Amino acid sequence: MKTATFKIWRGDAKGGEFQDYTTEIAEGMVVLDAVMQIQATQARDLACRWNCKAGKCGSCSAEVNGMPKLMCMTRLSELPLEKPVTVEPMKAFPVTKDLVTDVSWNFRVKKKIKPFKPRTPDAPDGTWRMQQEDIDRVQEFRKCIECFLCQDVCHVLRDHQMHEKFIGPRFLIHVAALEMHPLDTENRIEELRNTQGIGYCNITKCCTKVCPENIQITDNGIIPLKERVVDEFYDPFGWLWRWLKRKSDSRIEIRES
Amino acid sequence: MADYETFEHDVLVIGAGGAGLRSAIEASAAGVRVGLVCKSLLGKAHTVMAEGGIAAALANVDERDNWKVHFADTMRGGQYVNQWRMAELHAKEAPDRVRELEAWGAVFDRTKDGRILQRHFGGHKYPRLAHVGDRTGLEMIRTLQDHGIHQGIDVHMEHTILSLLKDGDRVVGAFGYERERGRFKIFRAKAVVLATGGIGRAYKITSNSWEYTGDGHALAYEAGAELIDMEFIQFHPTGMVWPPSVMGILVTEGVRGEGGILVNKDGKRFMFDAIPENYRPQTADNEEEGWRYCQGHKDARRPPELLTRDHVSRCIVREIKEGRGSPHGGVFLDISWIKQKMPNAAEHIKRKLPSMYHQFKQLADIDITEQPMEVGPTTHYIMGGARVDPDTQMSRLPGLFAAGECAAGINGANRLGGNSLSDLLVFGKRAGEFAAKFAGENQHGRIDRDELDTVARDALAVFDRSDGENPYTIQKDLQDTMQDLVGIVRDETEMCEALEKISDFKTRAERAAVTGNREYNPGWHTALDLENLLTVSEAITRAALERKESRGAQFREDYPDKEERFSKVNTIVSKSADGSMRVRLEPLPEVPDYLKRVIEENG
Repeated sequence: MKTATFKIWRGDAKGGEFQDYTTEIAEGMVVLDAVMQIQATQARDLACRWNCKAGKCGSCSAEVNGMPKLMCMTRLSELPLEKPVTVEPMKAFPVTKDLVTDVSWNFRVKKKIKPFKPRTPDAPDGTWRMQQEDIDRVQEFRKCIECFLCQDVCHVLRDHQMHEKFIGPRFLIHVAALEMHPLDTENRIEELRNTQGIGYCNITKCCTKVCPENIQITDNGIIPLKERVVDEFYDPFGWLWRWLKRKSDSRIEIRES
Repeated sequence: MADYETFEHDVLVIGAGGAGLRSAIEASAAGVRVGLVCKSLLGKAHTVMAEGGIAAALANVDERDNWKVHFADTMRGGQYVNQWRMAELHAKEAPDRVRELEAWGAVFDRTKDGRILQRHFGGHKYPRLAHVGDRTGLEMIRTLQDHGIHQGIDVHMEHTILSLLKDGDRVVGAFGYERERGRFKIFRAKAVVLATGGIGRAYKITSNSWEYTGDGHALAYEAGAELIDMEFIQFHPTGMVWPPSVMGILVTEGVRGEGGILVNKDGKRFMFDAIPENYRPQTADNEEEGWRYCQGHKDARRPPELLTRDHVSRCIVREIKEGRGSPHGGVFLDISWIKQKMPNAAEHIKRKLPSMYHQFKQLADIDITEQPMEVGPTTHYIMGGARVDPDTQMSRLPGLFAAGECAAGINGANRLGGNSLSDLLVFGKRAGEFAAKFAGENQHGRIDRDELDTVARDALAVFDRSDGENPYTIQKDLQDTMQDLVGIVRDETEMCEALEKISDFKTRAERAAVTGNREYNPGWHTALDLENLLTVSEAITRAALERKESRGAQFREDYPDKEERFSKVNTIVSKSADGSMRVRLEPLPEVPDYLKRVIEENG
């Protein structure tokens, strides 16, 4: 039977190293199959996350031969097996153990983003009307499986570790999905510019390249959001208009009180 | 006595798929403090895998639909051993639960007039499934997750519960460990909701992930609650069969809803050959009518590919057994044929079934717009689970509630596709509501610390046996046994053999060993999960032996027909005083007259 060698990173927050495992391979196998096979036969305590094994849950993110990938969707037939396949944890997050990283920062970031706030229902039965063409873009963003590979590859997070100032492509897409939701009435533009740091993205499109759901993160999500920020903060006519509007709104409030 | 970190909640929800999240949201809305334990990261539970849609009689696509038709469809699909009250509540409340998701930000596919679009699915008379392409489960879990994180729920990610804590008969919390450091934790709670999903990992070929080891089933059983309908396991007719590494991964019923057909190696569309009598009046008798149905013609009847899952699975097994299968031991599922019927068929398929297109292209080198898929049955869902009160979802143990797949009653002998996501919402909400109410009326109970020490010591015993057996090997042997001996086609001899083997696996599990330390150690977790898998495997086998007939998902070769004496009973599994597993039959609650009429009128 054919075999292949996998160089898997073993260790924890204190440090670690690559270890070689040679295992049998069969037609159609993906990297996750090999890792699970190694786990079941040679390294019972090898830590890795997985759930659906079908590219739908986004749990098994890792770096295969240096590329951020879902292990369950990376076929061995796509890889040069004459040399060892390296499998290591994502680099943008602290290591927990082996292939498992501490991704809790992502969950904290999401919690800070203003939630969906719908307009009042369109129909007396409490429902809304939306046309399919008006939701196509939002549905594209909502395909996101939260694998965090886009976060992993983003140099602002990966190389510059600016996790406190920049929410990363995943959450820019999350904001975009909310902002472009036809029913949503919330405004998230100010924090996009300030606390969420959209300005740090310089559109290198690495996130789009690694997205397993093929979401056009940069072109369809981040760039339109950047345009909204520009419109809101750097367009003098828009600025004047909002200033006058705020003035008149406050006058109305005063009258009412 | 060891010192364990302790959390206090009013309501503790175990499991964070659709039912757990919905339950936590509801309990939190009632003003109580809620803790939510998930075995994986938040948002990764198996709900994310659901593809086809959420069944709810919204009547957006066909105005003839209403709760009565949905109720009758659910009862017929379940072969009338469902708990009628659950089926009634489910059919009546599902539409509100779906509309609520929209108010929380879900973006379903739309009808031309801008409402939620609904699609055809097996066993449903009218197009009923609200959906988002073929990733409805992702939409549902993400909507609940993104709504839930702003409700003040305490989320404990990557924690596993080992046992429920009791004060007398009452359940007053749970004891478990966190994956990262392997430390034990106490969760004190006035009410506990089990929402742990299914048991798929008891079988070799399954659509379920590593998490589905029957935890809720086993926790409920061990604590003294009853399990019902454990013999009924749904083998979804269409799982991938090739290549071997993807065997069992789900191929949505939505493929057939969009017009996909099942054919054998001779190119014959075999589903027309065996249409059950009780479905004949509502099934198409020619291919053209079936296609017209999928295109939304209201005068057409459904194609036989959209008969219930139990039936379609058996027909596929028959084709394979009689030598008419596909090269890799399945049959063909073809959606590409619709190009004969419509222009731009390839684009249409990609739009309607994007993740199926992607899944086959990437994992099997198959372009489903050009070639047929190879499919075969895969273990998908268990109809059986904790016995609960239909209205409140409380088990017979005060303070212990269950919802979703680990609870039972709504589905009877077979679940209709799409009824699971709606079940999670309807009964998740109810469980949360009544658990919060219970918590409001009760104080925290007393916890027996000695008992916790015993559980902790037992859980760590695998580390002391460095030369013991590999838990992965035992798990694999169990999966092979259940697949071969308690699978789609069953008989007494094989199941008795399975019981002997399960008993043997228990002995082996007691000698299992793991290497490494307690930190994020999957070998250890596998050893701990084994215990639950063995309990549910035994329950499934004993219940299946007790039901000496074929009904719904249970097919007995030695009793191939439906039997009158089993038509109005449930199997009940419970733990007897001596620790052994007891199975008995109990009569079903009588369906009230007004619902009998609903069933007759919608026959």
